[in-house]
Amino acid sequence: MSISVQLADFDCGAEIAALGAAGVGAVASFVGVVRGGSGAERVLAMSLEHYPGMTERALADIVAAAQQRWTLNGVRVIHRVGRLLAGEQIVFVGVAAAHRGEAFAACEFIMDFLKTRAPFWKKEETAQGAHWVDARESDDLAAQRWQ
Amino acid sequence: MSLNLLYFASLREALGVERENLPLPAEATIAGVRALLVARGGEWQRLASPRIRAALNQALAGEDAALKAGDELAFFPPVTGG
Repeated sequence: MSISVQLADFDCGAEIAALGAAGVGAVASFVGVVRGGSGAERVLAMSLEHYPGMTERALADIVAAAQQRWTLNGVRVIHRVGRLLAGEQIVFVGVAAAHRGEAFAACEFIMDFLKTRAPFWKKEETAQGAHWVDARESDDLAAQRWQ
Repeated sequence: MSLNLLYFASLREALGVERENLPLPAEATIAGVRALLVARGGEWQRLASPRIRAALNQALAGEDAALKAGDELAFFPPVTGG
């Protein structure tokens, strides 16, 4: 398992290649990108704040829970912080396993808990000004279905 | 003998405070600290909302959690990463 919280961008191809290098059967991955939207609500940029220390712990706990649930050969989580422009990559979750079933499921599980448990907060910048993003109930429901 | 309090995101901005030291209160629980902060009035009343979560020593914690000197106690709004 490898977890990074960083300002820098990441190379999805290199991350996926590294997960598959051990000769596993399946690698599933998810990439989150800053949504631009349209019209007055168009997001120009986004600033990501986090709680250094707790963030890394929370992510490690989430990955450990996934490893308890499925047999995984490798897990990579990268979450960026700082100011990101529309279209930039925010988050990468990659999972290597013997078969696609556990790779897909574990990848989704990690994302669902990352969105509801890891201490990150987004502030969006639009032409009208900046505002903090509200938490969505649908994200809580997505995490609850794993219990 | 005090607590290290931290505030994040919209809560930090509204309070205009990022961190502070608070003497360990008589009611040394998260609920006790929360009540003390809410009593400051104004924007501090935001802490009365159950939507504002608490983390004790960098792990989510319940309101009954007991506090001791040197503990790190953080308050923040619902998370929105990913």
